[in-house]
Amino acid sequence: MKLSIQVNEGPYNHEASVSALNYTKAALEAGHEIFRVFFYHDGVNNGTRYTTPPQDDINIANTWSELAEKHGLDLVVCVAAAQRRGIVDEGEQQRNGKDGNNIAAGFRISGLGQLIEAGIQSDRLVVFGD
Amino acid sequence: MSILHTVNKSPFDRNSLESCVRLAAKGGAVLMIEDGVYGAMKGTTASDMVTNAMKDLTFYVLGPDLKARGVDEGKLIDGVKVVDYNGFVTLTVENDKVQSWL
Amino acid sequence: MSDIKKFMYVNRKAPYGTIYAWESLEVVLIGAAFEQDVSLAFVDDGVYQLCKGQDTTGLGIKNFSATYRALGDYDVSKLYVEKESLEARGLTLDDLMPLTYEDADDDYAEKDSIRVVSSQEMAELFEQSDVLFNF
Repeated sequence: MKLSIQVNEGPYNHEASVSALNYTKAALEAGHEIFRVFFYHDGVNNGTRYTTPPQDDINIANTWSELAEKHGLDLVVCVAAAQRRGIVDEGEQQRNGKDGNNIAAGFRISGLGQLIEAGIQSDRLVVFGD
Repeated sequence: MSILHTVNKSPFDRNSLESCVRLAAKGGAVLMIEDGVYGAMKGTTASDMVTNAMKDLTFYVLGPDLKARGVDEGKLIDGVKVVDYNGFVTLTVENDKVQSWL
Repeated sequence: MSDIKKFMYVNRKAPYGTIYAWESLEVVLIGAAFEQDVSLAFVDDGVYQLCKGQDTTGLGIKNFSATYRALGDYDVSKLYVEKESLEARGLTLDDLMPLTYEDADDDYAEKDSIRVVSSQEMAELFEQSDVLFNF
């Protein structure tokens, strides 16, 4: 089955990102296709490579990146939400004249239409948030 | 047609579980995750709400979230089923859509 | 299955205290271009999103309540408000913004977008939807 996942919260304030990660892993193990993982609201903070949690704590951004590499996941960070919260890729850096970027490997920044498309194309949309 | 409802809030903090029960149509499944798992415990002020709703809805609770919070399965309301993340995925597939009571 | 899905945007949070109401409205506006069958549900504190007289000048942040008035122009004309949620908050339809749309199937007659429904009717609307969006 084709599943899409929406993450509405940042990686460390709320359990939503951890729940979404565990759900995604279980869905992949069960042989389902993950059409897209869409990060919205503070969820865009999952997509910065600049997080450095203590070594005995999970690195949530890295875990997403590793999962994306292994399974070819489409991790999409909402551009409007990302601009508000300072999540920047190279394109956004140039467009908005920023002095750097912080997007993590495997993530891409795109529009809200990607969430709508996920709703249209997927058999199920599962939302994790606060 | 049936809906999988997820509830991730303690019923003592927010009204998510109450709203879910009010707005879930007969035949639906309710999965309590994250802080929502506290709603699955017996002997609380929320237990009767869950027990009464069991005639129309099937209740599940996410085992890893229970364990993380030190909630023993023996303290669950009779009839609430414990599932792991694989069970969560299965519930997603078995129902037609998901409503997250965030 | 047809190409058109029934989308239900479920609004359960009050405006301004958190950003969820505003950012979910942004999804509705973008989503309108995809020509799906769109409905909005307002339950619990979500009903506060539609209240009249919102004025954010004292906060210095954007007042997005006017955007709800524009929904009709985006062919978003089905705004379902749960009666029980209104009553629990001491509100009636008169406390909500008058929102209208022009019905293309009825010689562009102006009609009300807000429809107050019971919990049971709301539950049925959820059942009839293909995708439920939560924020």
